[in-house]
Amino acid sequence: MKKGVMRPGHIQLRVLDMQAALKHYVDLLGLIEMDRDAQGRVYLKGWTEIDRFSVVLREADEPGMDFLGFKVVDDATLCRLSEELAAFGCQVENLPAGELKGCGRRIRFEAPSGHFFELFADKEQTGKWGVSEINPEAWPRGLQGMKATRFDHCLLYGVELPETLRLFTEVLGFSLAEQVLDEAGRRVAQFLTVGMKAHDVAFIQHPEKGRFHHASFFLESWEDVLRAADLISMSNTSIDIGPTRHGLTHGKTIYFFDPSGNRNEVFCGGDYHYPDHPPVTWTADQLGKAIFYHDRQLNERFLTALT
Amino acid sequence: MSWLHRVRERVSGEVLEVRPGESLLCAMERQGKGCIPVGCRGGGCGVCKVRVVSGRFDFGAMSCRHVSADERGRGLALACRLFPLGDSEVQACGEAVRAAPEQQ
Ligand code: FES
Ligand SMILES: [Fe+2]
Repeated sequence: MKKGVMRPGHIQLRVLDMQAALKHYVDLLGLIEMDRDAQGRVYLKGWTEIDRFSVVLREADEPGMDFLGFKVVDDATLCRLSEELAAFGCQVENLPAGELKGCGRRIRFEAPSGHFFELFADKEQTGKWGVSEINPEAWPRGLQGMKATRFDHCLLYGVELPETLRLFTEVLGFSLAEQVLDEAGRRVAQFLTVGMKAHDVAFIQHPEKGRFHHASFFLESWEDVLRAADLISMSNTSIDIGPTRHGLTHGKTIYFFDPSGNRNEVFCGGDYHYPDHPPVTWTADQLGKAIFYHDRQLNERFLTALT
Repeated sequence: MSWLHRVRERVSGEVLEVRPGESLLCAMERQGKGCIPVGCRGGGCGVCKVRVVSGRFDFGAMSCRHVSADERGRGLALACRLFPLGDSEVQACGEAVRAAPEQQ
């Protein structure tokens, strides 16, 4: 929050087939369909999210991530960060209010990693889905599938980790919560947070720019992660790995794929980070354990299956 | 079992028996074989890329990043999106980019 960036706000994902994607994100993950627009994009959210939407799906002939958006505290911050991003060397594109339905004006820029990020200050707030704002009940009835509570974070594969870290820490006020260093002390993975969470966005060094590894959704308990695994089997959904635990962030997790090959995660638990905490370090020779704490080795897919 | 399509993978020589409506990659996994690398199983990651040598197939949606229109014309396809319509032959490409975490 040091520079006025508050939290993740939304992610736009490309899918090959919208009908199949909605079966996955709505029926299986349990996200709520909130809206559609003239371009055919579909707007979703997890039931605990206050904003109108957090996930936008767009049909395209190549899956992957269009952009990840963060909410800033106010419009003055948006103006200031727009200048600071330009001074850093980013090309900043302005998107008018309403380009995403219910969202105020956004600025978009490409990070050195080759991924597009956005900042915005205003988005319509519809409150938690299915519970009242006054005297709210514990949870709403009628949730589907895994009952994902919120969009939480992304892992991205790309180039130029050091410059990307400098952009996120110096310009946007993120902290380096966790990192993986190789034998030469070079950072090959960086987990960044803008609040108290273990990560809001993470990057792994990769020879190609702008690749997408996974979008993650938060569940309440390990029991919910196991139930998610049951649902993955019941629906014959493409599984990657889990249920297991990560060494990095120590979250309890399962990875699987949407029908277009975008990787998803649902997880619970995990570490927290205060801004004065030094980064937690893993060494690359322990990378297997850092990623999959129980198997202690990477599956080949973790490094190669990207969109 | 004439309703099974027999698909030969050229590099390994493995013969996969594919049920009607089943993807080639799915059939391979069901038979516990590994002649084609498995990624997302959704036509997105390109890990399972093969070249069709002979035979007829139905094609599901595939990422144009991994199979361009031109490549498709030359018989390249993703095994998770290939649905054999009869006996046929493919060749695994094995061209997935491997990220070496130690290289900067
Ligand atoms: S396994 Fe990912 S495209 Fe086939
Ligand atoms: Fe994750």
